[in-house]
Amino acid sequence: MIERIIIAGSGGQGVMLLGKVIAEAAMRQGNYVTYLPAYGPEVRGGTSHCMVTISDQEVGSPYIAKADALIILNNPSLERFKGKVKNNGLLILNSSLAKSDNISKVKILQFPFTDIAIKLGNVKVANMVALGSYLAVKKIIQTKNMIEVFKFMAPAGNARILEINEMALAEGERLAHG
Amino acid sequence: MPKNKILVSGNEAIAQGALQAGCSFYAGYPITPQNEIIAYMAKHMEQAGGAFIQAESELAAINMVYGGSAAGARSMTSSSSPGVSLMQEGISYIAGSQLPAVIVNIMRGGPGLGNIAPTQSDYFQATRGGGHGDYHLIVLAPGSVQEAYDLTQTSFELADKYRIPVMILGDGILGQMMEPVQLSSKKIAANTIKNWALTGCLGRKPNITKSFYLREGALEEFNLKLQKSYELIRKKEERYEGLFLADAKVILVAYGTMARIAKSAIMQLRSQGKKVGLIRPITLWPFPQAPLNVKNKKLKYLVVEMSYGQMLEDVKLAVGGRNKIEFLGRSGGGVPSEEAMIGKIKKLL
Amino acid sequence: MEKIFFRPESLYDVPTHYCPGCGHGIAHRLVAQVINELGIREKTIGIAPVGCAVVAYDYWNFDCSEAPHGRALAVATAIKRVHPQNIVFTYQGDGDLAAIGTNETIHAANRGENLSVIFINNTVYGMTGGQMAPTTLLGQKTSTSIEGRIKEKHGYPLKISEMLAMLPGVCYVERVSLHSPQETLKAKRAIKQAFENQINNLGFSLVEVLSPCPTYWGQAPKESLDWIRDVMQKEFPLGRIK
Repeated sequence: MIERIIIAGSGGQGVMLLGKVIAEAAMRQGNYVTYLPAYGPEVRGGTSHCMVTISDQEVGSPYIAKADALIILNNPSLERFKGKVKNNGLLILNSSLAKSDNISKVKILQFPFTDIAIKLGNVKVANMVALGSYLAVKKIIQTKNMIEVFKFMAPAGNARILEINEMALAEGERLAHG
Repeated sequence: MPKNKILVSGNEAIAQGALQAGCSFYAGYPITPQNEIIAYMAKHMEQAGGAFIQAESELAAINMVYGGSAAGARSMTSSSSPGVSLMQEGISYIAGSQLPAVIVNIMRGGPGLGNIAPTQSDYFQATRGGGHGDYHLIVLAPGSVQEAYDLTQTSFELADKYRIPVMILGDGILGQMMEPVQLSSKKIAANTIKNWALTGCLGRKPNITKSFYLREGALEEFNLKLQKSYELIRKKEERYEGLFLADAKVILVAYGTMARIAKSAIMQLRSQGKKVGLIRPITLWPFPQAPLNVKNKKLKYLVVEMSYGQMLEDVKLAVGGRNKIEFLGRSGGGVPSEEAMIGKIKKLL
Repeated sequence: MEKIFFRPESLYDVPTHYCPGCGHGIAHRLVAQVINELGIREKTIGIAPVGCAVVAYDYWNFDCSEAPHGRALAVATAIKRVHPQNIVFTYQGDGDLAAIGTNETIHAANRGENLSVIFINNTVYGMTGGQMAPTTLLGQKTSTSIEGRIKEKHGYPLKISEMLAMLPGVCYVERVSLHSPQETLKAKRAIKQAFENQINNLGFSLVEVLSPCPTYWGQAPKESLDWIRDVMQKEFPLGRIK
């Protein structure tokens, strides 16, 4: 098994965090994993991205030329990365901020993650709604393991943050199951 | 989940490895892509009982490392290419004063201000001495975050053992990438007795740290002493990883991040029954001679770098004209792809 | 009978390599005397500069380190941070401290490092053959200011001691001279003060010592002392700056 994921959005959308929680959960499940963030000036404004590779064997290149899955949270990121997914690969798209016109040979799953996050009470959890959808489709990481990671990473004593992230994850999964 | 396994970036792993190895002095100056090291040290060094200084420049930082080491502390700095260029003067003095020290270079593109993309273009600077004079550093090139953690600990031991500056040479990918790391539970005690260190001359004759030898013949005598030590290091400390060397017809030679990408290409080709192998030098100085010194004249090599033929020179020296050597390199942020390697190898097979 | 003048234990019984009339030998001795009087020889670590005094450790009987040209205060900073209980001082010339090492000097001072600095100002680069230094006086001839230092071309003598005195991390700055026995005794008192400040954890102390270099001033030893008194002192006034 090898799963290569590219996650992209604008700075502030929690793209790096999304990559890290996936990598952390995959590690806890006993997989080999690499997480490669874009670094330096690229992080400020514009598009921000990271690459996560999960495997049951040692990972060679952490750089992903063609991904099995793209998680895209805004339109500039879609423009930049839409060519970087395999044929019949998965594209999880934030339709609040991006349009999927002119993309073919890719399985597209799109929901208005940003709008959903606003309804849940915090625009910042759009990334976790998207994560819920990804987990539901790919089933590589179990939800309960992801929630353990949330607990591990959440700032101590802030139950509210944990709660809204879990709600976002559940909502994303619900949407993907249709 | 395994105990003491954490997901951590290469930069943080280096900082953690250093503290685990009893590093008790760090001085550095900010530069991308290694800022996580200085930030980690700022946060944790004093808690660990050591001294941390944000220096006014890389020049000051390396000379603080000189001082820290002269005082007997396991001392370290970290930087990236342009900053390491600035440090060369100090590194030469550290080598000339036979002080142990660890210098981390998380390389970025050059020459000049270049860019911050991953590259391996400081190979010459690292392995040829970099600064003035007849000296060497031990240069270690980790290929994974785990290895970055482990080799940082090794680097302090080697530095103390041979009283030599040791460089950890990585690229931006290694520094920034996160991978699981199995933390070691045992603290490496600084087991070397540093009876040469400056501590005040209570109960003994004064100690002097110096690299100045003005009397006729004195410098040559000292340099020969260094050469003897280098000879011993060559004999004992060459390290490499070999993969499928027994039956390989084409062997890739690559280090650090580049070797991981090479491994991916090799696994693909092996699954098609192609006989390819890998030599991954772990010490760049001393450069591993043994795996390249083989009798089979039909064997071919492909050297792959994120630079334009720097390590290639060492491979040529080691192979000594016996075998065909091809080269694939990109620089300035370009990374040779698996496909490009596979294309080259298929032509060689 | 009480013995009132003798070689301090901190000074080896060897001849120095300095030119006739050079101030370094006197300055070395003052440092050694102070260290003995304070009883700190066995915990002192000195940093020798690059310059004529590079082999000061051949004359001083306590732990010493070299430092690359200009970097003495970076080296000293680290040694003091590793061994806060030791007494650490640098001994630097004008080129070392006020040209190539200006950055290290200012930042060590500004961090308020608990160090003592002996700054030898003789207005020239001695070891390399008498070139213009940052402290060379206007009109003073050197091998790189053949017609004399010209302000339009070379700028002005750098008063680094006054500059450093402005920094809050600096606790003590005094300029002294070696041109007469009286001034030499004052110089010793100032050096002692700089070491006492460190012992009392007061921060960064610097003593600037106006020191003769007859060889590169083109003067006889006696003449060079008069020149400090009559000329150099006007540009670099003696006394406590901070």
